[in-house]
Amino acid sequence: MNIHEYQAKELFTQYGIPVPAGKAVQSVDEFQAAIDTVTGEKIVVKSQIHAGGRGKGTFTDGYKGGVKVLDSREAAFEAGKAMLGNTLVTHQTGPKGREVKTVYFTEASKIAKEYYLAILLDRENSQPVFIASTEGGMDIEKVAAETPEKITRVHVDPAGGLHSFHKRKIAFALGLTTKEQLKQLDKLLTGLYNLFWEKDCSLVEINPLITTVDGDIEALDAKMNFDSNALYRHPEIVAMRDLGEEDPKEVEASKAGLSYIALDGNIACLVNGAGLAMATMDIIKHFGGNPANFLDVGGGGNEQQVTEAFRIILSDANVEGILVNIFGGIMSCKTIALGIIGAAKNVELNVPLVVRLEGNEVKEGKKLLDESGLKLTSADSLADAAKKIVELIQK
Amino acid sequence: MSVLVGKDTRVVGQGITGKAGTLHALNNIAYGTNYVAAVTPGKGGTTWEDKLPIFNTVHDAVEKEGANTSVIFVPPPFAADGILEAIDAGIETIICITEGIPVRDMTIVKDALKKSKTRLIGPNCPGIMTPGICNIGIMPGYIAQPGKVGVVSRSGTLTYEAMYQLTVRGHGQSTCIGIGGDPVNGTSHLDAVKLFNDDPATEAIILIGEIGGSAEEEAAAFIKANVKKPVAAFIAGTTAPPGRRMGHAGAIVSGSSGSAETKIAALKDAGIAVAPTPSEIADTLLEIYKG
Ligand SMILES: Nc1ncnc2c1ncn2[C@@H]1O[C@H](COP(=O)(O)OP(=O)(O)O)[C@@H](O)[C@H]1O
Ligand SMILES: [Mg+2]
Repeated sequence: MNIHEYQAKELFTQYGIPVPAGKAVQSVDEFQAAIDTVTGEKIVVKSQIHAGGRGKGTFTDGYKGGVKVLDSREAAFEAGKAMLGNTLVTHQTGPKGREVKTVYFTEASKIAKEYYLAILLDRENSQPVFIASTEGGMDIEKVAAETPEKITRVHVDPAGGLHSFHKRKIAFALGLTTKEQLKQLDKLLTGLYNLFWEKDCSLVEINPLITTVDGDIEALDAKMNFDSNALYRHPEIVAMRDLGEEDPKEVEASKAGLSYIALDGNIACLVNGAGLAMATMDIIKHFGGNPANFLDVGGGGNEQQVTEAFRIILSDANVEGILVNIFGGIMSCKTIALGIIGAAKNVELNVPLVVRLEGNEVKEGKKLLDESGLKLTSADSLADAAKKIVELIQK
Repeated sequence: MSVLVGKDTRVVGQGITGKAGTLHALNNIAYGTNYVAAVTPGKGGTTWEDKLPIFNTVHDAVEKEGANTSVIFVPPPFAADGILEAIDAGIETIICITEGIPVRDMTIVKDALKKSKTRLIGPNCPGIMTPGICNIGIMPGYIAQPGKVGVVSRSGTLTYEAMYQLTVRGHGQSTCIGIGGDPVNGTSHLDAVKLFNDDPATEAIILIGEIGGSAEEEAAAFIKANVKKPVAAFIAGTTAPPGRRMGHAGAIVSGSSGSAETKIAALKDAGIAVAPTPSEIADTLLEIYKG
């Protein structure tokens, strides 16, 4: 799960990580009051979407920049108006972009230098790792590719916890070594580690972290991702979820206990098991088709779930055909066949349907489908199924 | 011979008094697996399905019934604690089926594993099976047959796909290991490949991977340097969009790392035969291994 920058900065503040003061609002009516809370000469206007690269982004109407540092309150008001309701395209949003539904007005910091700082889980050794770089405000993937020597990684043994030496390593790598800077960075890194650990984050990224002309250290941007397996113990984080940032079909699927991801092809898939679901998308592509989604119905696959799954994949207007691929392990193919037959009664199936059943009681399952009078094409293997649905669509 | 589980395996079921746990443990027992105890805190002193003594702690199951292997069906909020308990009790092999354990909890488990001799399989996995002898977890027994191919996979249903393809072509399996789809897990592809490589009863290996992390690349490097047995592989997720978690918590391409292309390239570079589609996993192996 992701949250917005302004929400992440609320958490930063709770954990003692300094950020410029600001206020996020959802309507033009609230702009003036928000702007009035911001002190200082300049003022920053920031589009709130679940994607980075906003500063260099462009709106679909041609307006440039999802982050603006402005000289006057009036200009800030106008910039906010231009952003709100507009669609921002950045290198992280894809060509469709994201609609800006929240605008964040914040104090402008006097930047001396920008740095990069993040903490995430390193899968290779199963430990949290800090990533720090003197190349702030840039795409870290690019820094890693072009100047890897400018990136420092500091692993923390989670059982042992964070120690002063970890923090010193980062401070010296960034060259933030005056007594005052060491003190500020020490506090910031402690807060960052505790935040990451206590809230079950998978990533906290500060890009840029800055030093101000007065020598202070501050987080100007904030990106946070959370481990969805741990959300049950963080109702306060769940409360920050912005469903408006998610595909409505994906939201519905997650409510039904299905794992669904919308893609831009025209062949919908309904599969049990995440690996097999991915492999089904791959094989559709292999035979010249385009998958419309990833969908894992899990080990369950009762009639209700299958019905819900059909409803969700059919609500995608691009779908021109469906491929059902089930490997009945413990579960009987009969149960799955009944699920499909039941679902077909509840939703209007007006596109070609290819079904591949394999596994437990497969003969009985296929027989049920054959006798159901449903218009479907049976397939013997996954390859056969993929070829058939691709052909049917081309007709 | 086989790896990890076999004739001497004595299983304690943690959390098998629940509905799913009961179903699968009964299936495992019907297959011939030697379950010796159940552990459900608070239910100690009673009996599971008229078959097994229930204990309050894993330590009791080890002491009184000689359990050396544990299977865990405990719900996600308590599963890591269950694993830690089994490690503390000196269990040799833990198979954790539970899906949805927080990553943070698993980092602590991983640390405890490093300090112990225990091996963990999973979590979020279908289990492990030595066909004809021992089946622990949720794999359907009928798709397997005793034989000489070792199978290791992150995905449950893709494991079934490979096992079944082998079986219908008349080739059995030595041991099938589902290592699970989580980003932090116990046994890795590399660990499984090492075990298969050292196992005289395993003549060939099938390795099934997916996007995310670099476990497949690590296994590929080891295979290139050390493995003479024929190896075939399949990687799922060529069409997965970057930055999205594809069902499994660990199946995500982040930035430039974890893509299917990188993995397939590493496998091919190691001389491994990579199946072009999931339908051809067994055939790809059987082209280089006649059995
Ligand atoms: N409060 C601020 N004061 C001064 N400059 C800022 C402030 N917030 C952002 N900026 C500038 O704008 C750039 C982009 O903003 P950032 O929040 O990092 O958005 P994004 O990464 O999405 O482009 C920053 O690198 C920084 O130079
Ligand atoms: Mg930024």
